[in-house]
Amino acid sequence: MTTAISVKNLGKQYKIGAVQGKFHYNMFRDVIMDTLLMPVRVFQALRGTGMRGTSGTSSFWALKDISFDLEEGKVLGIVGRNGAGKSTLLKILSRVTEPTTGTVSVRGRVGSLLEVGTGFHPELTGRENIFMNGAILGMKNAEIESKFDEIVEFSEVSQFIDTPVKRYSSGMYLRLAFAVAAHLEPEILVVDEVLAVGDAEFQRKCLGKMSDVAQQGRTVLFVSHNMSAILRLTQEAIVLNKGQMIMRGPTQEAVDFYLSSGQAQAGERIWDEEDVPASSAPFRPISLRVKNRSGKVVDTVRSTELVHIEFEYQLDASITGLRIGFYLSTMRGEYVLASFDTDDPEMFDKFDSRKSGRYVSRAEIPADIFNEGRYSLGVNASSFGVRRYFMDENALAFNVDISGAPGTQWGEPRVGPIRPRLNWKIEKLN
Amino acid sequence: MTEIAKHEPTTIYIKPPKGLAALNLRDLWTYRELIYFMIWRDIKVRYKQTMLGAAWAVIQPVLTMLVFNFIFNGGITKVQTDSNIPYPIFSYTALLPWGLFTSALNNASRSLTTNQNMVTKIYFPRLVLPLASVLGGLVDFAIASVILVGMMFYFNITPNLSTLWTLPFFLLLSIIAALGVALWLAAINVQYRDVNYVLPFLTQFWLFITPVAYSAKVITGKWQWVYSLNPMAGVVNGFRWSLLGANTGPGPQMWISVAVSVLVLVGGLFYFRNMEKTFADTI
Repeated sequence: MTTAISVKNLGKQYKIGAVQGKFHYNMFRDVIMDTLLMPVRVFQALRGTGMRGTSGTSSFWALKDISFDLEEGKVLGIVGRNGAGKSTLLKILSRVTEPTTGTVSVRGRVGSLLEVGTGFHPELTGRENIFMNGAILGMKNAEIESKFDEIVEFSEVSQFIDTPVKRYSSGMYLRLAFAVAAHLEPEILVVDEVLAVGDAEFQRKCLGKMSDVAQQGRTVLFVSHNMSAILRLTQEAIVLNKGQMIMRGPTQEAVDFYLSSGQAQAGERIWDEEDVPASSAPFRPISLRVKNRSGKVVDTVRSTELVHIEFEYQLDASITGLRIGFYLSTMRGEYVLASFDTDDPEMFDKFDSRKSGRYVSRAEIPADIFNEGRYSLGVNASSFGVRRYFMDENALAFNVDISGAPGTQWGEPRVGPIRPRLNWKIEKLN
Repeated sequence: MTEIAKHEPTTIYIKPPKGLAALNLRDLWTYRELIYFMIWRDIKVRYKQTMLGAAWAVIQPVLTMLVFNFIFNGGITKVQTDSNIPYPIFSYTALLPWGLFTSALNNASRSLTTNQNMVTKIYFPRLVLPLASVLGGLVDFAIASVILVGMMFYFNITPNLSTLWTLPFFLLLSIIAALGVALWLAAINVQYRDVNYVLPFLTQFWLFITPVAYSAKVITGKWQWVYSLNPMAGVVNGFRWSLLGANTGPGPQMWISVAVSVLVLVGGLFYFRNMEKTFADTI
């Protein structure tokens, strides 16, 4: 087996102008100083040393000390929270940006689906854009010509192929763009969250195309927040956290690890200030806990007992129409249920408007619901149809122990994520 | 899907940038089809959804010529042309390379920022963008040249073959000059959008120091040497000499123009290549 990608001690540092933004020019003096210092900035710019601010630039490592090898023909999943460095890694691998430290050797052409539709020009027809986009993605003219029919067929826009793409619906546009990218035949394919768009039917097609690619012995790097897609398409995955690789292993283990990471203690998730995006304001999550029947914070709950879920949060201003939601899903990414704290009309009347302050929303999940396994708990804070303040789909994970649950005496695994105690009756009819 | 091409894949090494980046023009050659497609796209799109279409390539220099003719040929003042060439063709011959130069300079300087999404998402030699913008101007130049041919018939001027063959050289010189300056400006524009405000001012100023509306003969003595630092002065004089037989042909001052253009271009190439690594991060 030959190595397709070899990454050694890779790091990428970004410099941030510390004094940028609207607060910079809060004093007339600053404006004057800034103007007077302009020659210095121009000089720095020409030397390539200056950064945007005049002084006080800070920096952060988007990626730090990443090392891994990937053999040819393997499919590697990359998971991590927003800002973990996934996109930076892919950008370095596809040579869009250069690393600050470390080296990468890549064997073969890297094609990436980060760039679906890049270079599409609205005034050009579908046909013209296929050629244009193909050239941008590095295909030779002859190569595009030989695949032209295939691309058109895959995109399902053959009727409109000679219409300017500005007349296309967004779905058509996307399908055409994906079709070109998917027919680029690189030795290494990099896919970043493209599947978040398009209708379900097209997504299925895209996933199908991706597994085709993998089966042909190409190397694939796949980034997604969709755990079920990661589990379906990859055998191995790495987990990135704050620019560092914290785990590499079989996909199931890596996904498990990823979903349960970020917990202060088992059964509890606490948000530090830095973990909360600024866009959440005035909503601020504080903690999320899973408790057993006796009120103890636990990592493992019993299927036969009820479970308490507690979400504590702070409102820095009053919010109207706020609702807190819990999402439960399995480790394979299938949703089990979703529930909101103001689902009950009575609750809605009472808590439709919440003044600033600290709150806790508690839910009680009845006994005899869960099957054996590990579950992921997500939280959501939104005003219906208005705004989503905060969302963490995989905030916390917990285990379910089924001892004593119905049917355990058979000693066989039961399919499905739920294992309710059903009310069975048996009657003799004759 | 077809089989994977059976050629042996090449290994690419990605390293942090160190020292002065090599020009790596071979990379540009492997992406020649992209250059071709970018030019093609620019031309296809340029006059889309306009009423007059490609006629704009003619209207702009012709209208400028008419205005110049009114102002400088008796309407307001009267300038002396070279070798008694009629003023309209005298100025139009200069407006052709001048138009090519300014449109090339403008488009190429903005090429990186207008194709921002390509720069941040895909790898390709960034030189493709300014290069394609500059070359794309040649089509407008060719269309506008048709008028010149008509004017030559009208004024009964036959180009002398012994000078006409040098025309491509002057054309090349104007492209080199435009590309050289544009590479500097395009790279600076990535971080400092001040370039957008400098450009109109720069081209206007440059027009004054280029003998488009007037004859270079008004510059005398030691100022001629200073004047020839402007490559476009050499280009415009060269066009008039090559096409209309004006003046006596390029002298040593022409070599100053050439040297300046080449220096600016080489400097621009190195500067551009060295800034290139930061484009995706700062644009």
